[in-house]
Amino acid sequence: MTSTALAPAASGAAVVRRPRRLRALWLLIAAAVLVALAAASVAVGSREVGWDDIVAALGGATDGFDRAAVATRIPRTLLAVLAGAALAVSGAVMQGVTRNPLADPGILGVNMGASLAVVTGIAFFGLASASAQIWVAIVGAAVAAVFVYVVGSLGRGGATPLKLALAGAATSAALVSFTSAIVLPRGDISDSVRSWQIGGVGGATFTSIQQVLPFVLAGFAICLLSARGLNSLALGDELAAGLGERVALARGGAALGAVVLCGAVTAIAGPIGFVGLVVPHACRLLVGVDHRWLLPFSAVVGACLLTAADILGRIVARPAEIDVGIITALVGAPVFIAIVRRQKVKSL
Amino acid sequence: MTLLDRARASTTDAVQHGRAARARRRRTVIVVLALLIAVMAAVSLMAGRTFYPPADVIGVILGQDVPGASFTVGRLRLPRTALAVLAGLSFGLGGVAFQTMLRNPLASPDIIGISSGASAAAAFAIVTLSLGATEVSVFAIVVGLAVALLIYLLSYRSGVAGTRLILIGIGVAAMLDSVTAYVLSQAAQWDLQEAMRWLTGSLNGTSWPQVLPVLVAVAVLSPVLLGQGRNLAVSQLGDDTASALGVRVDRTRLIVIVAAVGLIAFATAAAGPIAFVAFLSGPIAARLVGPGGSLLVPAALVGALLVVVADFVGQFAFGTRYPVGVVTGVLGAPYLVYLIIRSNRSGGSL
Repeated sequence: MTSTALAPAASGAAVVRRPRRLRALWLLIAAAVLVALAAASVAVGSREVGWDDIVAALGGATDGFDRAAVATRIPRTLLAVLAGAALAVSGAVMQGVTRNPLADPGILGVNMGASLAVVTGIAFFGLASASAQIWVAIVGAAVAAVFVYVVGSLGRGGATPLKLALAGAATSAALVSFTSAIVLPRGDISDSVRSWQIGGVGGATFTSIQQVLPFVLAGFAICLLSARGLNSLALGDELAAGLGERVALARGGAALGAVVLCGAVTAIAGPIGFVGLVVPHACRLLVGVDHRWLLPFSAVVGACLLTAADILGRIVARPAEIDVGIITALVGAPVFIAIVRRQKVKSL
Repeated sequence: MTLLDRARASTTDAVQHGRAARARRRRTVIVVLALLIAVMAAVSLMAGRTFYPPADVIGVILGQDVPGASFTVGRLRLPRTALAVLAGLSFGLGGVAFQTMLRNPLASPDIIGISSGASAAAAFAIVTLSLGATEVSVFAIVVGLAVALLIYLLSYRSGVAGTRLILIGIGVAAMLDSVTAYVLSQAAQWDLQEAMRWLTGSLNGTSWPQVLPVLVAVAVLSPVLLGQGRNLAVSQLGDDTASALGVRVDRTRLIVIVAAVGLIAFATAAAGPIAFVAFLSGPIAARLVGPGGSLLVPAALVGALLVVVADFVGQFAFGTRYPVGVVTGVLGAPYLVYLIIRSNRSGGSL
């Protein structure tokens, strides 16, 4: 009797919770797509290269134009995968921490904070070493993130999407103005600073990836550890506290992880927007809102998106290249608009 | 006379008195702003690497041949100052028209993406198509209007909500800015310095052929816009009230959008998107004039003054010559942040 009464409820719950196997299947599919895209990223570019040269270059040969071209594609593919994963996770965590569907390192001005910090370091303090730049970028990203969040959450209603997005856009504009003011009179550094205006992965080298890797791994670890806390935070601060979650700690830890991720990526790839916005939204449709699944899935899909965007940028404008930051803005801004259109005016 | 009548009479007096005081204040502000613009324009014509006395400058303007001054003032400083004033007028007027129409200081063309559209179009026309000044302006205005229409349609869902329009505008602006960045990154003959200079808005190397389209635009479009000032003020009461008061709301809106976008697009094509002038002029004018009265003329003058002063400061206040957009950006962006902080604090509707 009891079993028949419970049965419909149980099956209903199963539908809502999405079967674990389905989510694992999606994760596997995404990983397979990523492998295919990474292979394509090495094989395709502005120069057409035969298969034997690609195989030789993968083996470490760099003699001849073709093999050398392929050899530069390997680190940039790695960086695209790493940066896409990091930015997507960072965006997913920021959306969780702020409970705001429009949160993204680009929209919140965090990338620009990292840019301004590094440009300041290069121009005034002779900051040359890559690892120092990464630290400075993370500090700049953190300062910008805290500032935008504080400004956006002033007043009634806390951090509504509109207030956060406006605070982020205004702060971005301010930071960009300061960055141009610093860069413009300095012809000598404008080349090294170029990458701070538009995000791109074209200049990647194994050395730069090695330097940023520990930061990205640490960021991933922090974010994954805070996944449970993010799930509780989604219920609202009071309920989360009632469930025994230390709200401030959970929020601070998760935010730290997100800032480390996007600061580190910005330090070597420049500001790349909208990956952190688009990917988590798409992923929620497939694997649901549980952050323990959402974060890893976002990482894989983000890596796919950025790798695909990089390949696209190399193919569309042959023999020139379109920087990946431009492609992501062109793809991501319409998604941003679609999300805004779906919201009710009151909740903005 | 009953007590009630007396109270009524005194209220009427107070209203009339207040209205007269506000009109006086508005007149004073306009006169002072115009004088300041004249003084600053004169200073920027005289001062520079070489100082020319007023007599020389007047001689050049009257068409006399003054050795040295004829080239420096007539060819370099005069077009530059003229463009500064005209572009400032255009940005200020176009910006405040949008802010008034949408009843929101954040709805200025440089935040909701219309300026981004005009600059993307202008960059594309200059760099990729190598068009001349007039064609560039026309191209910029067509794209600017298209972007305005696009934002309006995208934010239309049983009525246009200001907040939604602003957020959608921010998204559209991000997209168009990336187009501009791409176009400029493909410009082989321009180095990055030059591209960034244009992106932030600059009056360097202004010549008369650049000034002419802006002059025509200001001469034709600003009377059109000012003619709608009264309708615009009434439309602020809301669409229903306005049409009850005899304003054809849709017609007013269409005229205002076309004229304002036109002004912005022409100025952008000539001087680049000088950061935040369109956004700043309205709120500053509102502070100066106080409540009531149309802001169109005061905001236009504030815009012109901002650009002339910022250009002068950018040229001579620092060791290096900054383009005018950097100065207005560094001043304007913190003000934008401050405005957001203030309106968030007071809990008012943004």
